[in-house]
Amino acid sequence: MRSVSMIDKEGRSLAVVVPAVDEVGAIERADFFTKRSIKKDSKLHALYLAISMCDLTTLEGADTPGRVKQLCEKARHPVPPDVFASVARTKNLPPIPSVAAVCIYPSMVSVAVKALEGSGINVASVATAFPSGQAPLSTKLNDTRFAVSEGATEIDMVINRGAFLSGGYQLVFDEIAAIKEACGEAHLKVILETGELGSLDRVRLASEIAMRAGADFIKTSTGKIQPAATLPVTLVMLQAISDFYLKTGKKIGMKPAGGIRTAKQAIQYLCMVNETLGTDWLTPDLFRFGASAMVNDILKQIFKEATGRYYYDRAFSLD
Amino acid sequence: MDKRNLRVPKTIKLFIGGEFPRTESGRSFPAYEHGTQKVFAHLCRASRKDFRNAVTAALSARAEWERRSAYNRAQIIYRMAEMTEGHREEMVSVMEKVGGVSARDAHLAVDEVIDAFVYYAGFADKFSQLSGCVNPVSGPHHAFTTPEPVGCVAMIFDDDDGAVTALPTVIATMASIIASGNVVTMLLPGAVAPLLAPLAEIFATSDLPKGVVNLLTGHRSELLEHFASHMEVQSISYVGSDNTVREKLKTLGAENMKRVVCFESKDGAQNGDINIGLERIASFVEFKTVWHPIGH
Repeated sequence: MRSVSMIDKEGRSLAVVVPAVDEVGAIERADFFTKRSIKKDSKLHALYLAISMCDLTTLEGADTPGRVKQLCEKARHPVPPDVFASVARTKNLPPIPSVAAVCIYPSMVSVAVKALEGSGINVASVATAFPSGQAPLSTKLNDTRFAVSEGATEIDMVINRGAFLSGGYQLVFDEIAAIKEACGEAHLKVILETGELGSLDRVRLASEIAMRAGADFIKTSTGKIQPAATLPVTLVMLQAISDFYLKTGKKIGMKPAGGIRTAKQAIQYLCMVNETLGTDWLTPDLFRFGASAMVNDILKQIFKEATGRYYYDRAFSLD
Repeated sequence: MDKRNLRVPKTIKLFIGGEFPRTESGRSFPAYEHGTQKVFAHLCRASRKDFRNAVTAALSARAEWERRSAYNRAQIIYRMAEMTEGHREEMVSVMEKVGGVSARDAHLAVDEVIDAFVYYAGFADKFSQLSGCVNPVSGPHHAFTTPEPVGCVAMIFDDDDGAVTALPTVIATMASIIASGNVVTMLLPGAVAPLLAPLAEIFATSDLPKGVVNLLTGHRSELLEHFASHMEVQSISYVGSDNTVREKLKTLGAENMKRVVCFESKDGAQNGDINIGLERIASFVEFKTVWHPIGH
């Protein structure tokens, strides 16, 4: 058990208590989920679900409005509907769903909002000096307010790892709380950047602080640092969400991001969510994948089911 | 105890992406010593997923192999000839034991393999000049045609030839295909399957980029359909004379417009079929014509 005392916005003190994480046990348990064999209908169901939970992401210095528009098209229709209809006719497969959100830099939000109009797909924007988070709070707040005013419905913020690692938990907490306020209606996803935290104990503590401070989602990584999302890290965060739910009755969402490339991995994550948090969390409202390459791999599997032929990534999109 | 009795039949693994994995299916089938029921080795019975993995490995090697200079490809294929010399005794002994052929015939087969490597090593930096051309056009343009590799070629063979015939055919066909910059995934014919280990070692130690050549062993009947239907296999090479196989390859291959190239096996050579030569290389290239304006 570890207890860190914190002071919230109203000046009340609150104790963040986290149990010690059994690192070996977590790795063993996570490895369990790689041994499942999910076949046929269940597999197909999981693949469709995984697409609908995907946050298609482009966070490059070289992003252009054209590239973002193209990504938004892919978000609406991972495969052109008429193409899929002709392929899936004999097997009577349902149409491919849209993804959950498109995740971009604040400067691209207006482009994405326009491109996704009427689709019901969320526009998520990274903010708070992504990916390093090394900027003054005022800059982070402006970053957030700008993204929200442009029409972002979800904000992916990074925590202040420098502060966290040097024991400045209160600062981390305050920043998250301040950003949450700046978000207004928009959902807040808090990126812990677990690859920089060093141990599962710290991941657990950071998860707890983020949830207490007002996160709607907790997210593993920016995708810019290796290792990004792994099964053990995600398991620890899911466990934190579970404990938080039992304590407060509030359902926090989870988003593993980075490093999830294959349909096989996606199914492993879904199994883990199901067996840690239950079916309530098997919805895009509470679980997301921060993965772009994964979508094409899932499509390959679905096309294999539909046609009996092996497909390839570039059959669906060039990136 | 006589040491020679302590023989453990080994499992010969597959060769995919420069590595030696077991088949993901965990299945195997035995290769017997000629005329006996004594197991020489267990061979992997590759599944469709092994084939898929092999194609993925081949495709990831494609860009690098294509980008290598023609001279470098020639050097590497020549290196295979040198490495084959080093594996001669092992290959001869496998052919003697499993194939039941005489040492002399087995040595001759290895000679043919080495010849094929040297032959196509020589062609690697020459076929382009020999099969490309400058086209006479009326107008202020240069128009020239050059051959480019088709990409990933899946290779299958008939099973009925003995090792002495089949081995040189497999190698000559493969060398002709990779010489131009293609990558291959092949299902070794039954008689050559027990030779997978020395062959894979030759490819793995010739500076060949990982994944350019991938070797599978298994049952053709089970894999044929997947060879033909895979959407990212650009071409199929079939050496054999089974018309139902040809038909199946062409029908299923039509979906992604695969180039299906069928050769008669060695006996067919008398009927004008070519076992070795520039035409073999030209069967697995696409000709690209470029029009280039010239000023006055």
